[in-house]
Amino acid sequence: MAKQENLFDKMMSIDRRVIYLLLGLAVIVPAIFPFDVPVATTPEVESVFHFVDSLGTGDYLFLGVDYDPSTMAELHPMTKAILSQCFSQDVKVIITALSQNGPGMVESIINEIADQYGAKNHIDYCFLGYKPYPGIVVLNMGVNFKLTFPNDYYGASLDTIPVMQGIKNYTECAGVIDVCAGNIADMWIQFGNGRYGVPLALGVTGVMASDYYPYLQSGQIFGLMPGMKGAAEYESLSGYKTTGIRSMAYQTSTHVIILAFIIISNIGWFLSRKEEKKIG
Amino acid sequence: MGTAELLWNGLAALLTLFIFSFLYRDNVFYKFAERLVAGVSAGYWTILLYHTSFTDKVIVPIFEQQHYWYIIPSILGIMMWTRFSRKWAWLSRISLAFYIGIATGVALPIAMYASIYRQLQASMVSISLDWAGINSALVTIGLLCSLAYFYFSKEHDGWFGGISRVGIYTLMIGFGAGFGLTVMGRISLLIDRVLFLKDYVLTLFGA
Repeated sequence: MAKQENLFDKMMSIDRRVIYLLLGLAVIVPAIFPFDVPVATTPEVESVFHFVDSLGTGDYLFLGVDYDPSTMAELHPMTKAILSQCFSQDVKVIITALSQNGPGMVESIINEIADQYGAKNHIDYCFLGYKPYPGIVVLNMGVNFKLTFPNDYYGASLDTIPVMQGIKNYTECAGVIDVCAGNIADMWIQFGNGRYGVPLALGVTGVMASDYYPYLQSGQIFGLMPGMKGAAEYESLSGYKTTGIRSMAYQTSTHVIILAFIIISNIGWFLSRKEEKKIG
Repeated sequence: MGTAELLWNGLAALLTLFIFSFLYRDNVFYKFAERLVAGVSAGYWTILLYHTSFTDKVIVPIFEQQHYWYIIPSILGIMMWTRFSRKWAWLSRISLAFYIGIATGVALPIAMYASIYRQLQASMVSISLDWAGINSALVTIGLLCSLAYFYFSKEHDGWFGGISRVGIYTLMIGFGAGFGLTVMGRISLLIDRVLFLKDYVLTLFGA
């Protein structure tokens, strides 16, 4: 005879579709009844903001936008905020897209922000585009951009691009900020910072974040923006608000649901164990 | 929003709903959307690689710039394709040996420096009686106890068992932080799609 399920067993075996439904509701409800959530900033995001804020007219920043549409939800807001801050401060930006499905998406985000600030391609920024094997690309760019990118994304020779005159490699930039999903961040830590000693900050997806905190503690990166929370913090500091801050209310409601399920299943587990001990 | 953009966004919204339908159960709409993504990604990448690798690294240097030494890596590249022939597959090992040798030579010393030496250095900091000092002490204790947990030449009992138990707790705290951040990441993807659908519906009805 099958063992009859008691309440505690039921608490631990909720149908996954019920969980999906409740999570869906937790996201849909704030969409219908919006509310704001205060965003506290952390030192690791503040240091990235203050670094970009300290740059001025004529300074160069190297921005790696090394992700593709699958992670744009988390990383687009921070890329937009950094680009807008650079363009508003007249900082020259050199950009790559080292994720294979990313170049088209990166081009569109650059155009969107550049249009807002009247920034001009080849004058205020240069989009180098994509080349395979990110490790080799990062190593070569530490010597000379032209080794890997004789031409930019649009096929113009780097020798003819005004913004690329007088700058040879990324060590001549004030620093590198790599917004990425995947192991390109490791290439920047090992080759960019390790080999050439360039000041490096990272913007990473939430899944990756815990792997990169040790590099923050060791000083190999000077700042870290972890996922959507990092983006929301950066938006709050820079004042350029898109989906980062907007999504914090949704994050809060879904996290409450997930916490509730974790608590329910743990209570169920402890109580059922107690019951089993009682029965012997 | 123009008509073309409205139609493209409509298609994107439809495909989003197709993907979400998998949450109920596997179905033909989900399969269609999934295969479309795989096909589009593969096609995009193939063309991108053709232009950024084959054109930029073979056609332009050899035929336009007359840099004939690029023929050597091109031959090594062609030799990789011999893997499809049983008779000639051994030739691909030469290319592979070349590639692995270079990659290892370049990566190993730098990886050792960045991932091991610098991390070890960061765990050997002075301990003081302020918050920074307490943090440093926690890092050192956590590191030593976690290493003890992975030391299997001595039985984990007595004082050594206690240390390795602290190591387990340290690891569990790390996994917990990782899980929390993963949840945030996955939920972010859901939020982005819901915001996209909301904005699309509002645009559609002129709100």
